[in-house]
Amino acid sequence: MPNLEHPAYPAADLLHLESLVPCRESQVSMLLSIFGERQQFSIPSIFIYGHTSSGKTYVMQTLLTTLQLPHVFVNCVEYFTSRLLLEEILLQLQSCSSEPEQTSPVHCDTLNDFVRLFKQAVASRELQDQTIYIVLDRAEQLREMEANILPAFLRLQELTDRNVTVVLLSEIVWELFRPNVGCFEPFTMYFPDYSIGHLQKILSQNHPPEYSADFYSAYINILLGVFYMVCRDLKELRHLAALNFAKYCEPVVRGEANERDTRKLWKNIEPHLKKAMQTVYLREISSSQWERLQHDGGEPGQLKGLSAHTHVELPYYSKFLLIAAYLASYNPVRTDKRFFLKHHGKIRKTNFMKKHEKTSNHLLGPKPFPLDRLLAILYSIVDNRVAPTANIFSQITSLVTLQLLSMVGQNDQLDGPRYKCTVSLDFIRAIAR
Amino acid sequence: AHDFRSRSDDSEDTELRFITCQSLWNQIKSETEQIQEDLNKQLLDNLVSFLSRSHSQFQEKMTEWTCRMKFREIPTAALVLGVNVTDHDLTFRGLSDVLQDNITPYIALLEAKDCPGIKNLMQKLMGQLMNCDIDVDSLEDEDCVQVSQNRIRCSMSSLISWYESVTKKTDSETPSKKRNSSSRHWQSPPVVVILKDMESFTTKVLQDFIVISSQHIHELPLVLIFGIATSPMIIHRLLPHSVSSLLCIELFQSLSCKEHLSTIIDKLLLTSRFPFKLGEKVLQVLINIFLYHDFSVQNFIKGFQLCIVEHFYSEPLSVLCCQLVDVKKRVYSLSHDQCENIRRLPSFRRYVEKQDSGKQIELLTNDSFLKEETEKLLEDLHVYHENYVSILRCLHVFTSSLPKYPLGKQIRELHCACLENRVWETEEYESSLQLARMLNKTDLVTMLQQCVEILMSSSGKEFDKTVEKLKEFLTQFQNLEAEASQERDVSVSSQKELQKKTDLYHLQKTLLELKESRRSKKLTKFEMLRFEVVDYIDSLVRKYLVPADDRTLHEIMYFNAATVLRGHLNAAPRTALHTALNNPHWYLKNQALKCDGGGISNKAPDICIVYKLHLECGRLINLVDWLEAFSTVVMAAEEPNADAASSDQVDDIIHARFIRAVSELELLGFIKPSKQKTDHVARLTWGGC
Repeated sequence: MPNLEHPAYPAADLLHLESLVPCRESQVSMLLSIFGERQQFSIPSIFIYGHTSSGKTYVMQTLLTTLQLPHVFVNCVEYFTSRLLLEEILLQLQSCSSEPEQTSPVHCDTLNDFVRLFKQAVASRELQDQTIYIVLDRAEQLREMEANILPAFLRLQELTDRNVTVVLLSEIVWELFRPNVGCFEPFTMYFPDYSIGHLQKILSQNHPPEYSADFYSAYINILLGVFYMVCRDLKELRHLAALNFAKYCEPVVRGEANERDTRKLWKNIEPHLKKAMQTVYLREISSSQWERLQHDGGEPGQLKGLSAHTHVELPYYSKFLLIAAYLASYNPVRTDKRFFLKHHGKIRKTNFMKKHEKTSNHLLGPKPFPLDRLLAILYSIVDNRVAPTANIFSQITSLVTLQLLSMVGQNDQLDGPRYKCTVSLDFIRAIAR
Repeated sequence: AHDFRSRSDDSEDTELRFITCQSLWNQIKSETEQIQEDLNKQLLDNLVSFLSRSHSQFQEKMTEWTCRMKFREIPTAALVLGVNVTDHDLTFRGLSDVLQDNITPYIALLEAKDCPGIKNLMQKLMGQLMNCDIDVDSLEDEDCVQVSQNRIRCSMSSLISWYESVTKKTDSETPSKKRNSSSRHWQSPPVVVILKDMESFTTKVLQDFIVISSQHIHELPLVLIFGIATSPMIIHRLLPHSVSSLLCIELFQSLSCKEHLSTIIDKLLLTSRFPFKLGEKVLQVLINIFLYHDFSVQNFIKGFQLCIVEHFYSEPLSVLCCQLVDVKKRVYSLSHDQCENIRRLPSFRRYVEKQDSGKQIELLTNDSFLKEETEKLLEDLHVYHENYVSILRCLHVFTSSLPKYPLGKQIRELHCACLENRVWETEEYESSLQLARMLNKTDLVTMLQQCVEILMSSSGKEFDKTVEKLKEFLTQFQNLEAEASQERDVSVSSQKELQKKTDLYHLQKTLLELKESRRSKKLTKFEMLRFEVVDYIDSLVRKYLVPADDRTLHEIMYFNAATVLRGHLNAAPRTALHTALNNPHWYLKNQALKCDGGGISNKAPDICIVYKLHLECGRLINLVDWLEAFSTVVMAAEEPNADAASSDQVDDIIHARFIRAVSELELLGFIKPSKQKTDHVARLTWGGC
């Protein structure tokens, strides 16, 4: 295991840092060696990528704060326009400077302004001989901003002529970022997923004060055994661990088993965890409901999840409209005559073909159909006569807003609008009953 | 919007009718609001307790280990409201009022159409939140500098700083005031964001918003409320797991709209409180619109309002449609014209014909005698209503528990059946009586008890006897129980006999005997009693559930113009358009346009001619041919001798008229230019509607 060593920083700080970022030592030491000493110029831009919760944000943040490097940390989802983003960076720069004088709101509309204001902000501080780090979390959002933002951030050091390093954090690879026109290539770095051993180690680190570390790590072992197959998200796992720990402790609290009685505890918790995987993990029932359920000792079966409420009550004609739309979406046009006309020949021959077509059509997904066809099918499946009143037409629109139908092609309404039916066969079956 | 005074003569009490109409509507409106409030109460209470729970928990045990370990999810209420989107507004308004009173002053209502992007959503959110606290300073409509400052604020961090400043302000207020406010809100009230129509939001906006707000949940106690029209599955469809795992979703279901409607009908129509009544056909139209089209209770009430307005507007005698106390005064102040109106009523004419000749003359000539008689009849009508409602409920108690519901499950169906014609003459009634004669004892007893309760609570005075009779039945049933045990003994003994005889021949014989005796045996006492009860109920029905059409002067109280209502509520734009273009006389009322069926008159407006010609064409229409036909029709009126010049060369003016008419048709959406063939247009409609 590589111990963190760097001449520029005190050993105590490094030791503390190491305890904070388990299983990420190699990445941290790599970063440290790239950063160099405080006053040394570093690589203009670093691109760090890796899966969800592989510790990118956490590592960056702990690294910068424990070593007290001047930095700005911005989430690009939150500051969704370039202006907001730039202003937020400048604001944070101001606040991390030790001079208390300026807290005035900054106006920064373009990147040009940003460079100017950035220079000002840095020049006015005594820390100007240190590298400033700008961390842009969820950097994939940058691609949706103006075209010049991303390239400019990549060579900010060059543009401002100041000691600054931009760190981009993202879940996707650099290849998807690279603009067509070419740009400065950042130093890319990959954070691999935590292995099951890593997860075990990290999760066991924060054990509750009432119980011993061994006891908790045994619990984490069981938890991972159940959930590792479906979920490797550290945050989610930690959340689940906290939710179900009370249940695990139950036998111990009641005195039926002691902390070492792993087998008994396992028998107690395993079905419970499995149930949790089907409900809480999928957010079928909320975690607070789950906790209450545990507290009352009730059966989880009595609480219906979100998916249990699939039935939708629809007005009479809406039902028929939806059924007609479904038929129009999944039946080819040429069969309409056969299915919906009173007098048609050759039924027997086509029976086999019909079945064959149906399966393949369901695999292909819904096809768009014009309004006229929908209405024609509607008229033929409703027993009594339907007047084409405004009510019928408005129901089509309301079905679209309910996302049961969807409009295809955004062209003129008068121009023969086309729709698609977006509901499943099960839904239609439930309605048609 | 409805000008009653447009009718010049005041002999028909227009003024008074207007006032009556308004007061009646106001009563009904407040009544419906009350009903809706009561119906939503349960839901709102649940929501309020959820909201109060959601953040207080976190504040209390912030230090606990489990709370530190769990990451904080955004508490979210998924509110399933049903597909009647038009009713949701009212619910949300009620909800935000309740929340404002109990939980928090910070509420934002967001609609999907205002939020095409995350930026708009934030703007809207902040605008609503910050305004709700300080109404005075208008952030929006200020000069340029103000706007640019305003734009900076449009991020979560500024929202948080705003929230901090606001909560701090309430903390530093004077103690008395603070106590006042803390009794209603807590130290840091949650910020409630209501997304009215979850389905219409785009996935990206929702995701971004949830991700952003989950990052700041520690500083800004946010609560989301999703208004869902279809099913909660939509949450999973809109949000990926990575986002929905940031939420702590609890489900709340509002009352089904059908139940809502039943309550409304129960409280508004099946009561003698309001003099105004709906006729059978009208009620059927309203219910059909509800069930077939929109499920919207609001629309039902609007339709009801339209009925009231239409009734008071079109029926001069509706002035008498008021509470019983006012009837006398109003009857005596009727003008002569109004008396004539009464005499013209069909139901009144029927009534007169039944009287003896002396009274007939009196009624038809003497105004004051007529007025006396009218008053009496109106009182009768009021009494009839009171009795009708109670007996209808009793009958419903019986019919609603029968298998297959021959008379309908809901009381509204029964009500319609009773209004339509004499219910006891219908087959369904017959079959339901048959079924009622087969009810078992416990059911029958509970039903009778329910009936007694209904009749006791009704205000009608005639029911003392009925109640007594029903109670008598009940005691008889109780007496039966004692007798029944004796009877059981008898049957047991006969069975014992049966067991004794082992001989096959004898066994057969006794069995036959037993069967014979059973067939010929008189009905048991219970069966007799059951018949009696059913017959008694039948007699009640025949006496009290006479359809309203048979009552004299029913026109005053009942609104029956179903066709008018249908015309107003069931708009048929395409049919109307077709009528207008196909038969312009219908709207223009110009005698010259009156056409004789199939022919195309050349006096009709150009667009009508063009429309009729296009009906004869196929999917693609050749413009040249069309123009040719048009000019032929138009020229038909002019002297036929002028044809030499115009036969091959179409007149410029006619050409221009044609082009205008065609472009008008295009505007109306009947045709569109086609790319398949040059100088052709495509038809967009089919059939003649």
